[in-house]
Amino acid sequence: VLFYDCTYFTRKEILRLFYRYRDLAPQLVPLDYTNQPDVKLPYELIGSMPELKDNPFRQRIAEVFSEDGEGNMTLDDFLDMFSVLSEMAPRDLKAYYAFKIYDFNNDDFICKSDLEKTLNKLTRNELTEDEVRMVCEKVMDEADLDNDGRLSLEDFQHMIVRAPDFLSTFHIRI
Amino acid sequence: MRRRRRKMKTKMRPPGHAGEETEGGGPRHVMAMRTRIVKTILRRGSGEQPRGRKEARIRTAGMRKEARERSVEGKTRKTARARKEMPRGRTLGRTRGRTVTRRRRRVAGISSDSGSNAEEEESMSEGEMAALMEEVEEKKKLIANMRNKPWRMRRKLTHLKEAQQFVDKFEGALGKGKGRKWYAYKVMMTKKWIKFQRDFENFRTACIPWERKIKEVESHFGSSVASYFIFLRWMYGMNLVLFGFTFGLVVIPEVLMGLPYGSIPRKTVPRDEQDTAQDYSVLMDFNGYCKYSVLFYGYYNDERTIGLLKFRLPLSYLMVGIGTFGYSLMVVIRTMAKNADVGGGDGEDGEFTFSWKMFTSWDYLIGNAETADNKYASITTSFKESIVDEQENQKDENIHLRRFLRVLANVMITCSLGGSGYLIYFVVKRSQEFATRDDLSWYEKNELEIIMSLLGLVCPPLFETIAELEDYHPRIALKWQLGRIFALFLGNLYTFLFALFDEVNSKLEEEESIKNASYAAALQYAYNFSLTTNDSSATPPPMDPRDVIRGPCWETAVGIEFVKLTVSDIQVTYLTILIGDFARALIVRFLNYCWCWDLEAGFPSYAEFDISGNVLGLVFNQGMIWMGAFYAPGLVGINVLRLLTSMYYQCWAVMSTNVPHERVFKASKSNNFYMGLLLLILFLSLLPVVYTIMTLPPSFDCGPFSGKQKMFDVIIETIDLDLPAFMGTLFSYAANPGLIIPAVLLMVLAIYYLKSTSEAYSNANLELKKKMQMARDEEKNRRNNTDSTNQVMKDLEDLLPNRSLIPPQISKGGKGVNLQKDVSLASANPNAGGPVNRPPGPRGPGGPGAGPGRGRERGGPPPR
Repeated sequence: VLFYDCTYFTRKEILRLFYRYRDLAPQLVPLDYTNQPDVKLPYELIGSMPELKDNPFRQRIAEVFSEDGEGNMTLDDFLDMFSVLSEMAPRDLKAYYAFKIYDFNNDDFICKSDLEKTLNKLTRNELTEDEVRMVCEKVMDEADLDNDGRLSLEDFQHMIVRAPDFLSTFHIRI
Repeated sequence: MRRRRRKMKTKMRPPGHAGEETEGGGPRHVMAMRTRIVKTILRRGSGEQPRGRKEARIRTAGMRKEARERSVEGKTRKTARARKEMPRGRTLGRTRGRTVTRRRRRVAGISSDSGSNAEEEESMSEGEMAALMEEVEEKKKLIANMRNKPWRMRRKLTHLKEAQQFVDKFEGALGKGKGRKWYAYKVMMTKKWIKFQRDFENFRTACIPWERKIKEVESHFGSSVASYFIFLRWMYGMNLVLFGFTFGLVVIPEVLMGLPYGSIPRKTVPRDEQDTAQDYSVLMDFNGYCKYSVLFYGYYNDERTIGLLKFRLPLSYLMVGIGTFGYSLMVVIRTMAKNADVGGGDGEDGEFTFSWKMFTSWDYLIGNAETADNKYASITTSFKESIVDEQENQKDENIHLRRFLRVLANVMITCSLGGSGYLIYFVVKRSQEFATRDDLSWYEKNELEIIMSLLGLVCPPLFETIAELEDYHPRIALKWQLGRIFALFLGNLYTFLFALFDEVNSKLEEEESIKNASYAAALQYAYNFSLTTNDSSATPPPMDPRDVIRGPCWETAVGIEFVKLTVSDIQVTYLTILIGDFARALIVRFLNYCWCWDLEAGFPSYAEFDISGNVLGLVFNQGMIWMGAFYAPGLVGINVLRLLTSMYYQCWAVMSTNVPHERVFKASKSNNFYMGLLLLILFLSLLPVVYTIMTLPPSFDCGPFSGKQKMFDVIIETIDLDLPAFMGTLFSYAANPGLIIPAVLLMVLAIYYLKSTSEAYSNANLELKKKMQMARDEEKNRRNNTDSTNQVMKDLEDLLPNRSLIPPQISKGGKGVNLQKDVSLASANPNAGGPVNRPPGPRGPGGPGAGPGRGRERGGPPPR
């Protein structure tokens, strides 16, 4: 119940999430969580959830939200993830995590290589190199406010809070 | 800064409170509490002490540095500082509470050393209390904001527990003297209240109907299809309210308190219809018993009050009829306004098209491989499209072609719309001509219906084909398509109303003659009676209600027409889904095993969900309901049933038989376009009803207004008879044209004023946007020729540090250490901390040099 203040979920939803988590690996996860056992689910299981299965960024999502940075999640991380991706989470929080997700090399900036990776994941490598380069340049041109050749978190937030679809697309219903 | 201020506060407060405390007289418990506090603080602080102190030192150094730098560079620094603090925020945030506590203790310790008298002690503890109170408040705030922090869950949990324990411990202790109990009580109540709110919230989310179903549809078909279902749900809600009004205020009172069936002519099936009145086919046409039931206008009696409660049924009937429109208008407009508020920034400027596409185009809701494939394809195409657009923009060549094509498409559609409009007009004219003749072939009889359904069949696909020319984004294309088909259907509506009014007029004429006839018949009856009894003074027994000659009752006829239309519409819709979608899906699915080409991927394929058709069907159906509800109160009930079933039925049909769209597109967040159509239809359906209420005389022998000249005479009657006299005069004044015209003028002026102000605001908005853009461009330009600016900057930087109070060497050293610390902290855990800690707020309007990169660049380890 303590989770209530940390997430955007109602009690019922938290319980449901817990069961979802448990269903991923019933043999690993105990039903009784009162003494906080240290259980982690490997990324392969997390990534196979129907909600994430088709998401091109599933690995990044799992990495960002997992404590060890490799996609292996505890129940806490799991709840955290769906809390941020829930409908109730505020824009800023979502923007922060979106930034993390798109920042593939974890250097706190979205640089060109990150953009290219994002784009290729989005389009399954169906754009030509020229097109990719052009799109990346355009993105930099649009969003990079200080012209340092990479997007900082502030640039990203500045851009993303104005996006009309961000809130409606950056969430997972569970 | 904040800490410094707090310190000030703690120091400032004691003198003010000291006097009170001695008077209030609670030194003992204060003392006891203080020792307890100190103990707990000791216990809590001991573990973290060394680290916390270090942090504090760093922090003070940082603050000193910041202060100096702020004096040098002013605003520019702020963002840079915020950025630098970001990675540190995590570790700092953890210890902040403790450092504050300890600092306070230190202050307390120093002062208790210096002065040992009682007053000093008390004042200190009092100050501590105030500080404690503050801290409790802070913790509470922390609890409230916990979920907004981008921390790891474990950290959140530990923090939360800590904070809650702290609050629990000290909250009760804070009240003093008499107020203490009250305070504890208040705390308890707030806790209870919060719990209640939580439960209520849970309850409310559980109460939204069909949320799961819609979510399921949305995750398979994207938000555009879901928007239809959300619209359907909204309609259901609205109709439920209308249903409540009509049934609660009109139908149920009539059933409970009105005269029973068969008591008076209008409530009885006439003798010559009696035999067939229960036949299925007759009932399906809503004749027979249906016609003389509570479903229709004609059944209601014109008694001014009914039952023990003296319920004024005619008045309530009229009021509900008008109230239906009033409520619908209000709800539609309010929803539109709310949507406009939410979706204010809907597709404003193309500032970030590519970035948005890149970062927000993936719909995280998609949980279905097929949809995901479609989404990939659509993202790729949309990127390609934007690339092409961009190239076109640069070339600025093809845009003329596209414009030309769009104009061409619009011309073609206008032509076809005009053509079909003329065709309808022509056919209606001809049908009037035919109406006078008898020797008609089957075609000539049904010409109107045939033409109308042909148009409805041919035109939408035609429009869709033409719309291909325009090459809009599917969302915009959908809007255009909706608008065009809407215009076409208006013709439909027009013919329908035309026919209806013809019928009403003929019925009115007929009624006039029947009125006389029935009067004569009544006289005849009385005469016969007096003849047989030979006693002219005796009153004749009332006629059998089945035998009375009665008028055609045009209101009921109109009501029947609407109900029939609605029911047939329901049938057609459901059958279309069953045959067009379900049967097709079955055939495609099972014939695919033994067919020469791939049916699933090839020609027939599965059906897509037809958003435009369904939305329009819903909107027009609602128009029928609005028009018909006045003449057939039961229609609302039928509609509620229809919406309810169609929700389940269509959800099932979509999930089982349809495939996602080829280009899954997001619906615009506000479905204001649907609402706009609904508003238009509402207005259009308002017109005929108000016209009939205001001008046509009601039937003389059926319905709640029988015997009156006009329907609204009921209101006048009520004013005259039920309200005190001065109200009547008041109303007569209010109805005076001399008062109404100025009122209308005033309203027009107010609208004009509001409109101009809103325009001014939007202009100002544009202006500001332009300024921002300019500032950004300027900034970029300045960056691009860095040499010249850098020179100036260097000069400035050389000059300014000398003015600062702190000697430059020390600051240099301190700064270097600090920065290294920052960097190491930042790289140690890049996931930590976050700017979400600070109040969000938009960036300043592109103030010169507000860029964060710049700050970092200049604050780099080798300074100057």
